[in-house]
Amino acid sequence: MSGLGVFFRRIWPQLLTLAVIVGLISVMFPGFFDISIANGRLYGSPIDILNRGAPVALLAIGMTLVIATRGIDLSVGAVMAICGAVSAWGITAGYGLGATLLMALSAGLACGLWNGLLVAVLGIQPIVATLILMVAGRGIAQLITEGAILTFNHEGLIFFGSGSILSVPTPVVIWVLTGALVTLVVRRSALGMLIEAIGVNLRASTLAGVNTRVLLIAVYMASGLCASLAGVIAAADIRGADANNAGLWLELDAILAVVIGGTSLLGGRFSLIASLVGALVIQAVNTGILLSGFPPEFNLIIKAVIILIILVLQSPAMRTLLVFFSRDPRGVAETEKETVTP
Amino acid sequence: MKSTKAIVGAGVLASMLMLSSSVFAQTVGFSQIGSESGWRAAETTLTQQQAKERGIDLKFADAQQKQENQIKALRSFIAQGVDAILLAPVVATGWDSVLEEAKEADIPVILLDRMVDSSDDLYLTAVGSDLVHEGNVAGQWLVDELGGKDCNVVELQGTTGSSPAIDRKNGFEQAIKGHDNIKLIRSQTGDFTRTKGKEVMESFLKAEDGGKNICALYAHNDDMAVGAIQAIKEAGLKPGEDILVVSIDAVPDIFQAMAAGEANATVELTPNMAGPAFDALAAYTKDGTMPPKFIQTESKLYTKDDDPMKVYEEKKDLGY
Repeated sequence: MSGLGVFFRRIWPQLLTLAVIVGLISVMFPGFFDISIANGRLYGSPIDILNRGAPVALLAIGMTLVIATRGIDLSVGAVMAICGAVSAWGITAGYGLGATLLMALSAGLACGLWNGLLVAVLGIQPIVATLILMVAGRGIAQLITEGAILTFNHEGLIFFGSGSILSVPTPVVIWVLTGALVTLVVRRSALGMLIEAIGVNLRASTLAGVNTRVLLIAVYMASGLCASLAGVIAAADIRGADANNAGLWLELDAILAVVIGGTSLLGGRFSLIASLVGALVIQAVNTGILLSGFPPEFNLIIKAVIILIILVLQSPAMRTLLVFFSRDPRGVAETEKETVTP
Repeated sequence: MKSTKAIVGAGVLASMLMLSSSVFAQTVGFSQIGSESGWRAAETTLTQQQAKERGIDLKFADAQQKQENQIKALRSFIAQGVDAILLAPVVATGWDSVLEEAKEADIPVILLDRMVDSSDDLYLTAVGSDLVHEGNVAGQWLVDELGGKDCNVVELQGTTGSSPAIDRKNGFEQAIKGHDNIKLIRSQTGDFTRTKGKEVMESFLKAEDGGKNICALYAHNDDMAVGAIQAIKEAGLKPGEDILVVSIDAVPDIFQAMAAGEANATVELTPNMAGPAFDALAAYTKDGTMPPKFIQTESKLYTKDDDPMKVYEEKKDLGY
């Protein structure tokens, strides 16, 4: 019970933000909560947010782990393009669905391994190390698709983008399951704590006997794997691999999701659930802008202003101010005690 | 196999005809921007085909999106003493000095697809499409198709602020102006991509009573239309019937959709800019006929009556 309480204390700002944004949208657009079933699949704006948010949510899972180690992975958008291209190429070249997925996921793992080796073994700064693949990745994807949009009509692969499981769109199922699985793995074992330890102090963790090198590589590989899932979903969604545009700038949205989720870019403590809520906040803003009917010139400005407000409200200065005004008796008592004791 | 032989045969025949009509066996340098989109890849393929048909020796240089590479390529063409230069400029400014060098060397330069800011006596002519006209043709098709019926149109714009997005929007609005039965109810950017086209169309459908309030979609390019068609289908509506779909570019995939009855019309942005360029060049070298400073390519309208599958087969190997 107390564990659950701590959990909600951690993520209530994110949940509140999401609720406020969803509330704002439903005021502007009263039909927001209408959910029906079309073609055997849930249909409605809230479903759109969950469904369209899938790529960023998946990227955010990997990104949270990487950022917790005090790293950053700029290559995830390009890795999405590569894995989407691999899946489209595999299915059109006549490999089966299983083999195609295996190839796409392996490509993501290989990209993660590359990043991990640069960071953990060669000791290159993460932002520089992953920048390499961010730049080169799109070129690799274009080599695979030969510069064109590689389209396919394989029902099995399309299922990952526009299919549904028990009426829930497949991308939603995939990111929810991935999120739950990764959370279980890192929180039900010491893995999460070790990742945080690396982020707080790499050298101290190594000296304490943590195999930081392997763990760092594993974290980047997890990020690559998440990116490959996102890439397959993005390609399956439009039934084609668009090397130029798949996952373009999504690495920034993923980082933003983690930041909104309250995980510090300086590493250490992290919350996967909060990052996922952060991803939903970003997508809710995007969908809200589209529903609002404003001219497209305003899209980016509105998004930036909303993000700014969220981040200002979350800033340490604002938190201090909140504590001050709420006059929490405990907080006040503690400060008083501190001032009294010599 | 037979068909390739026939094509090669036709090509040889055509080149013999060209050779007999003009004794100028020419060398032409072609500085291409790069291969950033399928359309540009198709332009490169068609330019090479057109040169081959006319017996022109084409020297091809890919600039990989860099102006300095294009200027280098132009200087090397001038040094080699080519008979003419085709240039698809990556940006509009900064061409004056290299174009003057070409002029001093008496080498005519023809611009393809994009314009430059230099004075127009520095190049022979420019071949390109009129983006406003393209939007106009699309709008005119919708006006004719509806024949006075009331219609709410949603628009998927290109990248905000890009000249194709601005011009194609203006052209379409000009065409529907004065037709009060047609109303543009929503307009949003889909960034010229399939993913965004699909996402934005999904929100249009939700915002307009599950799509019942929408009678037509106008997309600034085919890729966004292809994405939107999927969104319409997933919403349980029939694209092409419940919601008319008209777009611009004429890439192969839209013809597949058209053959399936899911798209209604597309306006071609022809990748064959080299054909008119070579024609103008031939006339100029033959008897010095000065072409007009801007040669506008045809913005052809394709509908389901144009045998979409056949067009698809013709276009699919051009590198789109």
